[in-house]
Amino acid sequence: MAGWTQHRGQALVLAIDNIDTDQLIPARFMSVPRSQGYGRYLLHDMRRDESEKLTADFPLNRHEGVSILITGQNFGSGSSREAAVYALVDAGFRAVIAPSFGDIFANNAINNGLLPAQINESMISQMKEVLKGVSGELSIDLTRNQLKLGDITTTFELDKGWRVKLINGWDDIDLTQQHKRTIGAHRNLRNQSTPWAWPTGPD
Amino acid sequence: MSPPRTMLDKLWASHEVLTREDGVSLLWVDRHLVHEGSHHAFAKLSERDLPVAEPGLTFAVVDHYAPTRNRSRIADPNIAGMIETLRGNAARHNLRIFDLDDPAQGIVHVIGPELGLTLPGLLITCGDSHTSTHGAFGALAFGIGATEVAHVLATQTIWQRKPKSMRINIDGSLGAGVTAKDIALNWIARLGTGGAQGHAVEYAGQAVRDLTMEGRMTLCNLSIEGGARFGMVAPDEVTFAYLNGREYAPMGQDNDTAQKTWRGLATDQGAVFDREVTFIAADIAPTVTWGTSPEQALPVTAKIPVPDQADPAKKHSTREALDYMGLRPGRPLAGIPVDQVFIGSCTNGRIEDLREAALVLSGRRACVPGLISPGSARVKAQAEAEGLDRIFKDAGLEWAASGCSMCVGMNGDVVGEGKRCASSTNRNFRGRQGRGARTHLMSPAMVAAAAVTGAITDVRSLLKGRAA
Repeated sequence: MAGWTQHRGQALVLAIDNIDTDQLIPARFMSVPRSQGYGRYLLHDMRRDESEKLTADFPLNRHEGVSILITGQNFGSGSSREAAVYALVDAGFRAVIAPSFGDIFANNAINNGLLPAQINESMISQMKEVLKGVSGELSIDLTRNQLKLGDITTTFELDKGWRVKLINGWDDIDLTQQHKRTIGAHRNLRNQSTPWAWPTGPD
Repeated sequence: MSPPRTMLDKLWASHEVLTREDGVSLLWVDRHLVHEGSHHAFAKLSERDLPVAEPGLTFAVVDHYAPTRNRSRIADPNIAGMIETLRGNAARHNLRIFDLDDPAQGIVHVIGPELGLTLPGLLITCGDSHTSTHGAFGALAFGIGATEVAHVLATQTIWQRKPKSMRINIDGSLGAGVTAKDIALNWIARLGTGGAQGHAVEYAGQAVRDLTMEGRMTLCNLSIEGGARFGMVAPDEVTFAYLNGREYAPMGQDNDTAQKTWRGLATDQGAVFDREVTFIAADIAPTVTWGTSPEQALPVTAKIPVPDQADPAKKHSTREALDYMGLRPGRPLAGIPVDQVFIGSCTNGRIEDLREAALVLSGRRACVPGLISPGSARVKAQAEAEGLDRIFKDAGLEWAASGCSMCVGMNGDVVGEGKRCASSTNRNFRGRQGRGARTHLMSPAMVAAAAVTGAITDVRSLLKGRAA
């Protein structure tokens, strides 16, 4: 995964609270291998009618090349499915801006280079006013936790560990393997002090 | 003397391998449970040609895509493929798999405890948000995404920032016909779906102590619907009695030693939580969701909210939810006709849940179709030994095999477009049970009551003269 510090892209408001991961990608599409791309399943049942046709009035269907979503609270709540993040990333998104996020979703987003930027609801409303129902250019600076849209400049909240990870594009497995010896020591200590923590088991 | 600690503090400390400069901890994982949905994680492992670090601590289960009928011939090639992929990964990495024909197969959060794989004091991860279920034993259990599943497979550890602590007390005793499901829907309705975001919830108080392990699992299971990744209950005699003799649980002297440790896990007197909330058990009624979020729940005796009278911030979402649900503002919840019912899932698919439903259904007929999918093959066998399957079938309901089934619809068990389902599951999200499906969450007993009357009904009226 490549790290990033700055992004400038088209932002669009989707003023809906509680967009859960079942809506981000309905369960029936999750057996598809990632290599086939998940972008077309993003918000599938909101965006498409029964015959799979994109509905004309849905904001995301009226704008091409949007990479930043400005949305309502509790975005990405529900199921732990990382496919919800794949759908956003594969559809070209780099950031979601919302007043709050589901904890597992935010974690998954970071692991895929997608920024979950948290700002308060009044700032979301201001951005909504600036954009007036169409997409507009927004720039993100990860080094300063900063968003710029028209005359608005604001900072967003992001766990500092997550910020470093996004910037560096770190892969946790590589990082963790540097601690192999410490992990081994912990394992042995635990195995000796709490042998019951290992399954006895019939097989 | 060291300051008093919460159960979260103790569990965290015993699993912390190291802490990074930014305060994020690397934690040791005692049990890792995988299912068909873990295919992305196994693919990540293959890309890097990595082995599973601890196959002995990793267990695979077929549940999300498990057919509940005609298991030997799976018609849908996608579903068959998902199960086949898990079999291949389990074989390649030498993992114990609980496959479709295994007498211990079932939903991952039902069989973990049932087999004694789930124990107090353990750290348990699974690529499923309802992993908080296992916290009912006093374990640190949480759902993770596919990248994290790959990380646990490769290293048997996980990076986490310690969550804030929150205690939810339920004081006093629950009334008749009121269950753990109602406690959960009640607190989520009061605090909101984001109410416990960023927190690990410990449930305490007399009503929680009085719950069976099944009830505690239901309560912890639903933590994520209130935003908490972690839910937990301190282990006690009820916990130890449940675990006694389970095949993967410690035996003999090991068990004695383990119990000594387990007794020390409870939160110390005087320990301070970042947040503490108390509810009175007697105030909790059988609760039903009316909208498309678990927080949109009310006592069955209440009326559907009127958007214009709602909190201004919720006006819009209330209207949208009622629109999707096809419900008229201001009408009573009781009496809303349902098209079908479902009993099952990791939330309410355990033996006690089926007993509660059977108590209502016994000698009665359902007037709408319904599916009952026990949480595991063992729950199924137990229910059949007790004759519960007879009661369900005599009532006209379908008795099927175990899996996640109609809770998530991945196996093809779905609710039709626009159909209304009384469901013992965990999510009433739009389209969760099928495109356009309208879900009302409630306890299994309440689902049984809806089956009998064909409408949302206060189960207490159907329990009169029946011993609980």
